[in-house]
Amino acid sequence: MRIGVFVCHCGSNIAATVDCPSVAEAAKLFPDVVFATDTMYACSEPGQDGIIQAIKEHRLDGCVVASCSPRMHEPTFRRALERAGLNRYMLEMANIREHVSWIGKNKELNTGKATELVRIAAEKLRLNTPLFANQFDVTKRVLVIGGGVAGIQAALDCADAGIQVIMVERETSIGGKMAKLDKTFPTVDCSSCILGPKMVDVAQHPNITLYAASEVEEISGYVGNFDVKVRRKATYVNWASCTGCGLCMEKCPSKKSHDAFNEGVATTTAINIPFPQAIPKKAAINPEFCMKLQKGKCGVCAKVCPTKCIDFEQQDTIVSEKVGAIVAATGYDLFDWTVYGQYGAGRYPDVVTSLQYERMMNASGPTSGHIQRPSDGREPKRVVFIQCVGSRDKSVNRPYCSGFCCMYTAKQAVLTKDHIPDSDSYVFYMDIRSPGKGYDEFTRRAQEQYGVQYVRGRVSMVYPKGDVLVVRGADTLAGTQVEVEADLVVLAVGVEASKGAAHLAEKLRISYDQYGFFMESHPKLKPVETNTAGVYLAGCSQGPKDIPTSVGQGSAAAAKVLTLFAKDKLESDPQVSSVNQNRCVGCLKCTMTCPFGAIKDVKDRAGNTKAEVIETVCQGCGICTVTCPHGAIQLQHFTDNQILAEVNALCQPELEF
Amino acid sequence: MSARTGVLTEGRELRIVGFLCNWCSYGGADTAGVARFEQPTDLRIIRVPCSGRIDPLFIMRALVSGADGVLVSGCHPRDCHYAEGNYYARRRLELLKQFLPITGIDPQRFEYTWVSASEGARWQDVVTKFTNRIHDLGPAPRMQGGSGYDELCLKQIEEGVKQGAACPCHKERAL
Ligand SMILES: Cc1cc2nc3c(=O)[nH]c(=O)nc-3n(C[C@H](O)[C@H](O)[C@H](O)COP(=O)(O)OP(=O)(O)OC[C@H]3O[C@@H](n4cnc5c(N)ncnc54)[C@H](O)[C@@H]3O)c2cc1C
Ligand code: SF4
Ligand code: SF4
Repeated sequence: MRIGVFVCHCGSNIAATVDCPSVAEAAKLFPDVVFATDTMYACSEPGQDGIIQAIKEHRLDGCVVASCSPRMHEPTFRRALERAGLNRYMLEMANIREHVSWIGKNKELNTGKATELVRIAAEKLRLNTPLFANQFDVTKRVLVIGGGVAGIQAALDCADAGIQVIMVERETSIGGKMAKLDKTFPTVDCSSCILGPKMVDVAQHPNITLYAASEVEEISGYVGNFDVKVRRKATYVNWASCTGCGLCMEKCPSKKSHDAFNEGVATTTAINIPFPQAIPKKAAINPEFCMKLQKGKCGVCAKVCPTKCIDFEQQDTIVSEKVGAIVAATGYDLFDWTVYGQYGAGRYPDVVTSLQYERMMNASGPTSGHIQRPSDGREPKRVVFIQCVGSRDKSVNRPYCSGFCCMYTAKQAVLTKDHIPDSDSYVFYMDIRSPGKGYDEFTRRAQEQYGVQYVRGRVSMVYPKGDVLVVRGADTLAGTQVEVEADLVVLAVGVEASKGAAHLAEKLRISYDQYGFFMESHPKLKPVETNTAGVYLAGCSQGPKDIPTSVGQGSAAAAKVLTLFAKDKLESDPQVSSVNQNRCVGCLKCTMTCPFGAIKDVKDRAGNTKAEVIETVCQGCGICTVTCPHGAIQLQHFTDNQILAEVNALCQPELEF
Repeated sequence: MSARTGVLTEGRELRIVGFLCNWCSYGGADTAGVARFEQPTDLRIIRVPCSGRIDPLFIMRALVSGADGVLVSGCHPRDCHYAEGNYYARRRLELLKQFLPITGIDPQRFEYTWVSASEGARWQDVVTKFTNRIHDLGPAPRMQGGSGYDELCLKQIEEGVKQGAACPCHKERAL
C-alpha cells in the first residue's frame, strides 16, 4: 500500500504546540508511507487540492490526515479522497488538535503524541479496504414531537412541501407556551393573533395528522425507516364525535380542578377544553378531579353531551406509524422556584411566576385581562419584578442564562403600565441581556418612556408586612440596601428542559446535556441536527430561546427533513458487520445480542445454519463482533485486525520511532 | 524522537491506551479539547463506534504487550447510541476486571467509565485521575523475552470473559 500523510497546522491551533514538520518527517519512516508533508489548513480549498494532487502524483492508495477531530472533518476529507478517485474509506484521521494541541502546552510531548497518533492511524489504514454503500428506500413521512411554536412551524413547512406529518403533542391542545402568552416582545403584538392562525392551519392541513394528549411510547428503526408507537392517552371523551361545544364544562359540578393551562391562577372543571382557541378543540376529563371516575357518582357530562361522546371506560390506545425522519420540539418547562425560601417558597399568594402573570394579563385568561392580586383581588399599584430566579445561579444548579427573561420582564412591566396607568414597576436585575433586533431599544423604552425603575442587584428576601410584601435587595450601582413595598411580586422564573426530555432522548438515541437539553450535532455548524441520522431538533428543547429563534429553528429542521427526503433512496453506511460463512458455526449468539435484529439465520448449501447480516438494518455497533466466539462476524472498518493493529502500534515493548 | 525507550524515569510519559466510543466519550474528549481543558499527555485514544465493540482481548493485548494502563469510556448506561452496547460492555469489562488478578496484572491498571459528549470537564477529570493513578503505580513490570503470557493463556481469559459477556439478560430488565 502507498500511504500519504498530511499534518495540518490549523493556522496556529495545532502548530503553536506541535512541531508539525517533524511529525511529517517522522511519519516518512512508517511502513508503507511513501509521502508525508505538513500543510497550513488541510480543510481549505488549497489544502484539499494539495491532498488530491499528492494522491495523483504519488499514486497513493490511502491517506492519513492529522488535524482536528474526525467528528469535525472526516466527511470533508472523505470527499476529497473521492474527488481524487480513491474510495472514501481509505482515509484515517489522527486527532492532533482536540486531543493534543488544545489540551497540553508541552511542545515536545505533544509532538511525540501527535507522531504516535499518526502511527496508529497509518497502521490501521494498512488494513483498510474500500467499502461501498448500499441503497435503501425512504419513508417520506415525518414525526414532529411537541406542538409548540417550533414544532408547529416545522410541521407546516414540511406539510406545505407535500410531506405527510405526524404531530404528537402531550397536552390536549397544541400551542405550547406561546399560547399562554398575552403579548410578545419586542413588537408587543398579541400572541394568540399570530399563533392562532398557524394552529388552525395544523388542524386543517390535509398532510398533518395530529395526535394530541399523546406521547411517544417507543421508537425503533433508523434514518429513513423509523417505526414509532404513539400512546394516545385516555381523555374519556370520544374525540371523533366531540364538537367542542363546551356544554359539559358548563354543567360539570367539579369546579376545583387544577387548571394547568392557566398555570394554577384559577381552577377549572374536571371536564375541560383548556382555552377557546384550543387545537384540537376537544374536551378531556382530568380523572383526578372527576367525581364519576373517583367515586362512581355524577356522570352529568354524559347526560348533557349532545353527541354522547363521554366514555368513562376509555383506555389508552397505541397507534403505530412509520416515518423516515423525526423532529424533536418538546420545548421547556419552568424551574421549580419554590426552592427559593427567601422569596416565600410558594407561601405568599401575591408572589407569582412570570407565566402566571401572562395569564393574569391575558384578555382570555381567568381574570379577563384584569390584573388582580390573588390574595384579595385588589388591583396592584406597585409591581416588583425579580429576574434570574433559577437562572445564572450555581447554588440551584442552573448556572446558565435563560435567555428571554430580561426581555419578557421588560414587556410585562410595559404592559403593567398599559393595564394600570397609575401603577409603577420595579425590576431587580443582574444584567440586562437584550441582544436581538430591536430588543435593546425595547428595554430602554421600558425605562425611559414607561418609567420602569431598574435596580441592579439580587433580592435577598421578600416578606409580608400588613397587606403588602416588602422586597429587600441590594442596589449594587448605588452601593446601598433597598426595600420596596410591593402589592404584587412577579418572579422571572428560569427555563429548564421539559419534563421527561431525558427519557425521550434515550428513546430517540440522541444525546442530552446535564440539564436535559438535547444536544445538537455541532454547536455552530449543525445546530438542528443530532448525532443520530434522521433526528432533528427545534426550539427550546435544545436550549432556551425566544419565539423568533424557535420559529427559525422549526423551519431549519424542516429544511433538513426535506433535504433528506429529496432523494428517493438513501445510501446505507457500509461500516456494517459481515459474516465469514466459513468460520461461522451457526451458534447464533450474534443474533441474540444484536440490538437491532439485524442478523438473520440462513441455511448454506449443505443445510448448515449460518448467520447473515441484513446490511440496511445493521447500525454498525460491533456488539456481535465481540460476541462471536469464532471471530466470524466482523464489523467492517473496525475489524479485530484493524483495532489490534492500532493496539500493536502503540504497545510494542521496544517501540521506537 | 523517542516516545518510549528503556526504563521510564520520573516525569516521563507512561503508556496509557484509551478505547473510546465515537458518540459519547470521544465527543466528550473533543468537548474538553474545544474548551482547552488541560490534561496529561500520556493517553493515546483509539476510537471505536461503541463501547460494545471493545473486545476484552484488545485490553489484554495492550496490557501484556507494554501498556501501563488502559482506560475505556463509553456512553452512560441508557444513553447508548446503539441502544444497549454499553450494557454488554459493562458486563464484559467487569468480568475482565475480575480476571485480571489471575493473570498477574494489577487490576488498578485498567479502568472503565462513562462520559457523555457534553461532559468535557468530567473527561478532563477522568484522564487526570487515571493518569495520576498509573504514575503512582509506576511502569508496568516488563516480562523478560517477550510478553510472558503465552497465547493459550490469553485465549483462555478471552474465552472466559466471552462466555459471560454475550448474555443478553439485561434486555429483560426495563431499559
Ligand atoms: C413568561 C414568559 C413570557 C414570554 N414571552 C415571550 C415573548 O414575548 N416573546 C418571545 O419571543 N418569547 C417569549 N417567551 C419565550 C417563548 O415561550 C418560547 O420561545 C417558545 O414558547 C418556545 O417554543 P417551543 O415550541 O420551543 O416550546 P414550547 O412552547 O414549550 O412547546 C413545546 C411543546 O411540546 C410539548 N411537549 C413537551 N414534551 C413533550 C413530549 N415528551 N411529547 C409530546 N409533546 C411534548 C409541550 O406540551 C408543548 O406543547 C416567553 C416565555 C415566558 C416563560
Ligand atoms: S456468533 Fe459468530 S458463529 Fe455464532 S452465528 Fe453469529 S457469526 Fe456465526
Ligand atoms: S454490528 Fe452486529 S450487533 Fe451491531 S447492529 Fe450490526 S449486526 Fe447488529
